[in-house]
Amino acid sequence: MERNNTSLFQKDQMLQALKQSFVKLNPRIMFRNPVMFTVEIGTAVMFIVCLWIASGETSQGSLTHNIIVLLVLFITLLFANFAEAIAEARGKAQADSLRKTREETPAKKIDPVGGLYMNEIKIVSSSELRKGDCFICETGDIIPTDGEIVEGLATIDESAITGESAPVIREAGGDKSSVTGGTKVLSDKIKVRVTTEPGESFLDKMIALVEGASRQKTPNEIALTILLAGFTLVFIIVTITLKPFADYANTPITIASFIALFVCLIPTTIGGLLSAIGIAGMDRALRANVITKSGKAVETAGDIDVLLLDKTGTITIGNRKATNFYPVPTVQEKRFLEACLLSSLADETPEGKSIVELAREQGNALPIYDLTSVTLIKFSAETRSSGIDLPNQRIRKGATDAIKKITESAGHTFPTFAQQTASKIANSGGTPLVVTENEEVLGVIELQDIIKPGIHDRFERLRKMGVKTVMVTGDNPLTAKYIAEKAGVDDYIAEAKPEDKMEYIRKEQQLGKLVAMMGDGTNDAPALAQADVGVAMNSGTQAAKEAGNMVDLDNDPTKLIEIVEIGKQLLMTRGTLTTFSIANDVAKYFAIVPALFVVSIPALQGLNIMKLSSPESAILSAIIFNAIIIPLLIPLALKGVAYKPIGASALLRRNLFVYGIGGLIAPFIGIKLIDMLISIAL
Amino acid sequence: MLYTELLGVLLFFLASFVLAIPLGKYIARVYAGEKTLLDPIFNPIERTFFRLSGIDASRQMNWKQHLLALLTINMIWFLLAMFILMNQSWLPLNPDGNPNMSADLAFNTSISFIVNCNLQHYSGESGVSYFSQIFALMFLQFVSAATGMAAAAVLFNAMKERISDKLGNFYDYFVKSATRILLPLCVIVSVILLFRGTPMTWEGKDSIITMEGDTVQVSRGPAAAFVAIKHVGTNGGGFFGVNSAHPFENPDYFTNIVEMIAQTIIPFAMIFALGFYLKRKRLSWMIFSVMTLGFALLVIPTIISEVQGNPAIDAMHVDQSLGAMEGKEIRFGAAASAYWSIITTVISTGSVNAMHDSTMPVSGLTQLLSMMVNAIYGGCGVGVLNFYIFIILGVFISGLMVGRTPEFMGKKIEAREVKIAMIVALFHTFLILGGTALAAFIFTLHPDIGWLNNPGFHGFSEMLYEYTSSSANNGSGFEGLGDNTPWWNISTGIILLLSRFIPIIGPIAIAGILANKKYIPESAGTLKTDTGTFGLMVFAVMVIITALSFFPALTLGPIAEYFSLYSF
Repeated sequence: MERNNTSLFQKDQMLQALKQSFVKLNPRIMFRNPVMFTVEIGTAVMFIVCLWIASGETSQGSLTHNIIVLLVLFITLLFANFAEAIAEARGKAQADSLRKTREETPAKKIDPVGGLYMNEIKIVSSSELRKGDCFICETGDIIPTDGEIVEGLATIDESAITGESAPVIREAGGDKSSVTGGTKVLSDKIKVRVTTEPGESFLDKMIALVEGASRQKTPNEIALTILLAGFTLVFIIVTITLKPFADYANTPITIASFIALFVCLIPTTIGGLLSAIGIAGMDRALRANVITKSGKAVETAGDIDVLLLDKTGTITIGNRKATNFYPVPTVQEKRFLEACLLSSLADETPEGKSIVELAREQGNALPIYDLTSVTLIKFSAETRSSGIDLPNQRIRKGATDAIKKITESAGHTFPTFAQQTASKIANSGGTPLVVTENEEVLGVIELQDIIKPGIHDRFERLRKMGVKTVMVTGDNPLTAKYIAEKAGVDDYIAEAKPEDKMEYIRKEQQLGKLVAMMGDGTNDAPALAQADVGVAMNSGTQAAKEAGNMVDLDNDPTKLIEIVEIGKQLLMTRGTLTTFSIANDVAKYFAIVPALFVVSIPALQGLNIMKLSSPESAILSAIIFNAIIIPLLIPLALKGVAYKPIGASALLRRNLFVYGIGGLIAPFIGIKLIDMLISIAL
Repeated sequence: MLYTELLGVLLFFLASFVLAIPLGKYIARVYAGEKTLLDPIFNPIERTFFRLSGIDASRQMNWKQHLLALLTINMIWFLLAMFILMNQSWLPLNPDGNPNMSADLAFNTSISFIVNCNLQHYSGESGVSYFSQIFALMFLQFVSAATGMAAAAVLFNAMKERISDKLGNFYDYFVKSATRILLPLCVIVSVILLFRGTPMTWEGKDSIITMEGDTVQVSRGPAAAFVAIKHVGTNGGGFFGVNSAHPFENPDYFTNIVEMIAQTIIPFAMIFALGFYLKRKRLSWMIFSVMTLGFALLVIPTIISEVQGNPAIDAMHVDQSLGAMEGKEIRFGAAASAYWSIITTVISTGSVNAMHDSTMPVSGLTQLLSMMVNAIYGGCGVGVLNFYIFIILGVFISGLMVGRTPEFMGKKIEAREVKIAMIVALFHTFLILGGTALAAFIFTLHPDIGWLNNPGFHGFSEMLYEYTSSSANNGSGFEGLGDNTPWWNISTGIILLLSRFIPIIGPIAIAGILANKKYIPESAGTLKTDTGTFGLMVFAVMVIITALSFFPALTLGPIAEYFSLYSF
């Protein structure tokens, strides 16, 4: 799909960002970023100085030098604005392609007449739909807005949102009742109730976040801004106090030099890139098809200690499948297979279907049954079994203990073979289903989970990241343990009820842990709300989506792993660029300080360890380096620093080496090179 | 000869270090409220005093109550000291008939002793009576050291792995610091000094006849007790004007060793006490290693430059085989004096056994840097507090670098803590640079104001040193500066006050806020703070914050001097 285009810069985005760079020079916008705001003040002062020199002042150096300083400062500002603007433009482009799906579409609104919903259908524009309204969608219609199915069932093509072309089924009631605006109904007819006001859907919220309009600073970002403001203040003190120091030493310093020193020392690199990093983090989440309700949620994801994952679909592929039939030795295999087939005819679950499939495969030429004169017995929580009643045959299948109860209460014995087979199956991670005919045990069906390939490595990666994984499953403890071990999760909740998830989250939170979970059903909603990061699947119910703080458009349960990495990347990019920015100051000092004093104190030539050609070129080199490092780092700010799960200390060592030592050395080389270019040019 | 001197220096350090570990264990026991051998002596006395003053020493305080108690009691001591110093001429024990102090000098002196700095704008022989020495100055040397240590004890308590706002009792920590830790150590040190010839008498000046036949008046007094707490409490205020260069304060090489160990032992031991107290010895080792790395980087160039001597003197073909001996005592030698000059500046003692004004430019630079960093070992108790600020900043930046909301000892570091840490770090820079800038400004306007005997870079270093010493609560002087004037007395007095209490309030506030935050147990993703990598990070933060903010000022002082001296 188009919006997964990973190229960093596109022409139209560049143009838009360029225009924004100038718009953002407005001091009222600039004020939000204290570091760059001081640069703007410096630029304004330089402008006045240039005017002053032009009108005849001679103590401030040549006009050309001053104008160059002014220009470089101005460009520094533009670069910083550009960084933010390009991040926004990319986010916006991403959001726009999502928004396209929800442009005006005609909606078949049901008009209430006399307080009753009559089937009076009126075609209105989607933007006229309000929360609580109902509309109808039929085959071929585009769903005009987000809502919940109140009646009917339909296959829906959600590829506009998820990129996944396989149609999905959505139906009223249950956990798959939610539909998204922009998706298309492929078959059948549904009645949908609107759940959001126009402009307030998750997507709208996300677009606003990415566009920066309503972007609130996250707690870590606020703390970092304070740190950077602190550094800026230190260098204001350093620069201002230098004036009397220099006067004492009879060393006149020009205003241009003061401002150059100041601008070089304050952390402009990180200051200029800070908001771009934040926006890019949201953008990365969006690219992963995750809609977050706040920037804070993404950041929190990076801190997650515990991850609750549903077994089905996340750890194992889809559902359990029948893999083997074990008839009791006294029963004929054919008879058993027939019973298995019959028992599952009414069973619409994937397990049931897989039994039918396997039975037909193994027992060739089983008859096609006419189901008109039979009673289908649906699975119920009380009997924990299901089956079929034929005129003189009662076939049941169910969990071992449930069936045991049925057989024993009918006066039959539960065969040892069945008992042994069942526990053997359970021990190897499978689920045994015992089949009876007229309360007599015929045999055991083995259902097996198939663990997703590669999932073990992903959990290993999470473990290295310091995240504990917990598998949530409805299976019995024995099966759960087996699968947990095989998949490599750290803990499991077996026979989980919705309250168990909640309980587990609370318990971990009381220990000070941050918990993330994914859910889709209405009964997941409380747990989603309780979790620090709750990711609701887009296919899930409205309640689940409201409760969580992220929505995954792909309905991919393994998405949490990606979200955790996005969160970590976001923090790391800020941290490493701060380190880089501050480490840069050492070289800048060695460029500027000798240049300030060397005219009146020639002995200080010894400090000019880079052997820069002249004081003017030293100052220019430093501020030019300071300016161009911003656009050079934009790609890094947008892509984020690569996260490697190698343990916190090793990661710190690595980043300290790359960005700390690198930040120390790079400007020495850069400034020297620029100085060489300047001295050639002059 | 040279090797003996260098070996000596190495041994001083090792001896302090070896003694500090068991002392640290003992200090941890004291603050944990465990029994000590001295309890039978002091417990009844303390109980009486607490009962008389209506203090319940078992009441648990939160961080605000701690600070309130600390500030109140310091305020009372300040008034007491002001009163004594301004009335000493008629108070008892004034055999030499020394006059009352002027208000501005008394202000400066009281403050400088309360804040454990001991910047002395007076000379002990003629400026104060014995009564003032003992009941104002020496008393303050005890209580100011104990204040710093009590504050550190609050920090230790706050760093425990639990959620609570109950951080022990300030008076309990304070009194125990004084009686269980400072007093016994002082008794040992003063007895040693006494045996080596330091006077301990109430009698006034003595007169001797020199070999030339002149009669010379020699000041004396109860010096041995004073000199002991001066070092053990990292105060640094000398009994006599020339401090530990005076033969009575520091009679020989042996006492020089004792005094050097005495001033390092509590700052060293406090670091180990932290580890014993929290049962996190690795954390102590990390802190100690980072500090020692910084110390080595300061002390080695100092010793080298002092031992090498002055190229200007070499140019005159004067023998310098003993090193740069201008302003040094022959009984200590160049290496030991160089070592002392860094010990006394990193540790905020501020006692001197040689003129720092006369040391080589490199030494001037390292002495200044020692006080600018002000977190290498550091003063009694407050060294740990200062370092804590750098840990918080280091944790914050490195937490971000590993992609996790920063946390230290199981507590999240958020905007509020970063703000306080930044204010504390900023203040030190602001006071030093701001003070020096004002002084430089005034001097440029009135070059005949008579402050500086050496104009030029050295004069600048003298002013910078004075404010750095004040802001680091160090108390040593570069000297050569006419500093007993209202400007210097009042400006340094204010700086002393601010730079003492802000760096106590800040860390205690951070620790207090953190102590009350949710405790997050260590997980695999937690950044360990007791590792070498993190140590390097803190070191980098320390160096970058100080080196960055003081580089221009240092350039116009010792760095310009250095290049001027070595360029011909």
